[in-house]
Amino acid sequence: MESGIFHSSYEKDMALRHTPIEKARLALVILFLLVFPFVADNYWLNLANTIGVVAIGAIGLNILTGFTGQISLGQGAFLAVGAYTAALMSIHMGAPMWLTIPAGAITTAIIGAIFGIPSLRLKGLYLAIATLAAQEIIIWVITHWDAVTGGVDALNTKNYLWFGDDHHFFTEFQFYWIILALAALVTIASVNIFRTRIGRAFIAIRDQDIAAEVMGINLFKYKMLAFATSSFFVGLAGALIAHWRQIVTWERFTIEVSIFYLAVIIIGGLGSVSGSIYGAIFMVMLPAMLNNLGRALSGVVPGMDAIIPFIQQAVFGVVIILFLIFEPEGINKMWKNIRDYFRLWPFSY
Amino acid sequence: MDQFLQLTLTGLTIGAVYALVALGFVLIYKSSDVINFAQGEFLLIGAYLTYFFLGQIGLHWSIGIVLTILAAAALGVIIERLVLRPLIGEPIISVIMVTIGLASLLKAIVGGIWGTNPQVFPAFIPKNEVHILGAVVTSDKLWAIAIAVFFLIVFTLFFRYNKEGIAMRAVADDQQAALSVGISVQKIFAWAWSIAAITAAVAGIIVANVLEVSPNLSGVGLHVFPVVILGGLDSVPGALVGAVIIGLLEAYAGGYVGDGSLSLVISYIVLVIILMIRPYGLFGKEIIERV
Repeated sequence: MESGIFHSSYEKDMALRHTPIEKARLALVILFLLVFPFVADNYWLNLANTIGVVAIGAIGLNILTGFTGQISLGQGAFLAVGAYTAALMSIHMGAPMWLTIPAGAITTAIIGAIFGIPSLRLKGLYLAIATLAAQEIIIWVITHWDAVTGGVDALNTKNYLWFGDDHHFFTEFQFYWIILALAALVTIASVNIFRTRIGRAFIAIRDQDIAAEVMGINLFKYKMLAFATSSFFVGLAGALIAHWRQIVTWERFTIEVSIFYLAVIIIGGLGSVSGSIYGAIFMVMLPAMLNNLGRALSGVVPGMDAIIPFIQQAVFGVVIILFLIFEPEGINKMWKNIRDYFRLWPFSY
Repeated sequence: MDQFLQLTLTGLTIGAVYALVALGFVLIYKSSDVINFAQGEFLLIGAYLTYFFLGQIGLHWSIGIVLTILAAAALGVIIERLVLRPLIGEPIISVIMVTIGLASLLKAIVGGIWGTNPQVFPAFIPKNEVHILGAVVTSDKLWAIAIAVFFLIVFTLFFRYNKEGIAMRAVADDQQAALSVGISVQKIFAWAWSIAAITAAVAGIIVANVLEVSPNLSGVGLHVFPVVILGGLDSVPGALVGAVIIGLLEAYAGGYVGDGSLSLVISYIVLVIILMIRPYGLFGKEIIERV
């Protein structure tokens, strides 16, 4: 009978997975992810792809907000930078996807680092408002810089495999593998960031920035690095959206998107990579399931179709409020509590 | 000159609305350190409630306004009690997110009841053309400024002479000291939220009169951030001055620069500049620490 996990060596303490059950669970998840696309139809593949992209973006935001403690309301605009970079490169230069997607991520990392400069002087609330301004200004530039971005008109991204190639149409099934591979890569990379000096420095800045500086962490360097790393992943998600949806328009990157991503990481669990993924699953599935439920009820309740969007919006708000009041550490903590309850039974308390 | 006067009056009207919304915002921040992202939704609810009382039930406008104000006050108290009180002492991101969740919920309720189409508001403020120094303005804008000024004076007097108002200032100044002289801080928080809801609702009534009633009105809530940062987050006079400056800037940018689209973003540019050089604003307390 166990009463907890106790590590007897440094290697064991640093390991990502400690118990055989955890390893078995991971194997099951991987098996599910590999089998899923062969049994799922297009509707479910589309949902899975949405979850994958949102998870990448949410991990990016969580690195900044959850791990480093810098609140950002500019997520939507950073996604837009990644998406527009990828789309414009494919349209004007005929650049292939394997070039546009990293380019989108790197461009966003640079822009993100620039907008991170105010974080040196601003904290908490003031930083949140500064990133809100960044969001509005970037979207304004996109909608008014007609010569480059096409203004308010949508861009049609081209999917090339090589320079001078013809446009390829990828199915949801094919994109599933691209998104899954990148999401897995991002997850592994970010989990490992927090086993290094850089990741520990981020966490130290979040917990007490003055103490972190006293311990020899260069705040300027590490805050910039946090903004750049976070924006890199966010830009990656944006570039993926550009190629997957093939239509890029500013309306997909408004302040509502920033708020959605913040909700994802708060409901999933701030400062937790797996929490970002749980949050992405929950926040993508919830409106989709509400939509299905509403359609099923539309025969019974008259006028149901018209109010579905409002029900989705209201549930979005209520879920955020309830999580913050009753489980501020999100789904990740709930899941941990459930696991611990069963593993440590009957000594769990 | 005509155009200048006209733009100035438009700017003052915008400023008056911003001032009312910002007043509630600053009150909540001052007394409880909470940033309220749902301030624009309070305005929305005020506008729609008045539309409901006047346009749909057909009450006299004076009764309708009184009912709206009472409903807004009740809403503020309920929200403070149910949503904000459990979060006392939580990190700042939780408090920001809970008001964002609240904003989403309130907007959904309004949309679910009244739909997304703009409604024609039964304007009760006369809309005649008035000539001032050669410029032509509609009188509803002048009334809007007058009503806003009236409410701002009422609240200024309230903070100066009313017992609750003085208690609110005491709580804003130092919560522990206020507690030690027997002021109920929880009651003051409830006061702050209901006053914020009332001022936003009044702003909503004004906007509804000048424009129309539509869900887009809640966008005013985000434009209040430049106002309060410019004026200083914890300063009531700062909020008023900031509101007038931002309102005028938006009007001039809309009238004089290019196709006028700059007016949408000029306030945010000001916001970034202010945050860079003077984060505590024109009248705020200088407590920003630099790390």
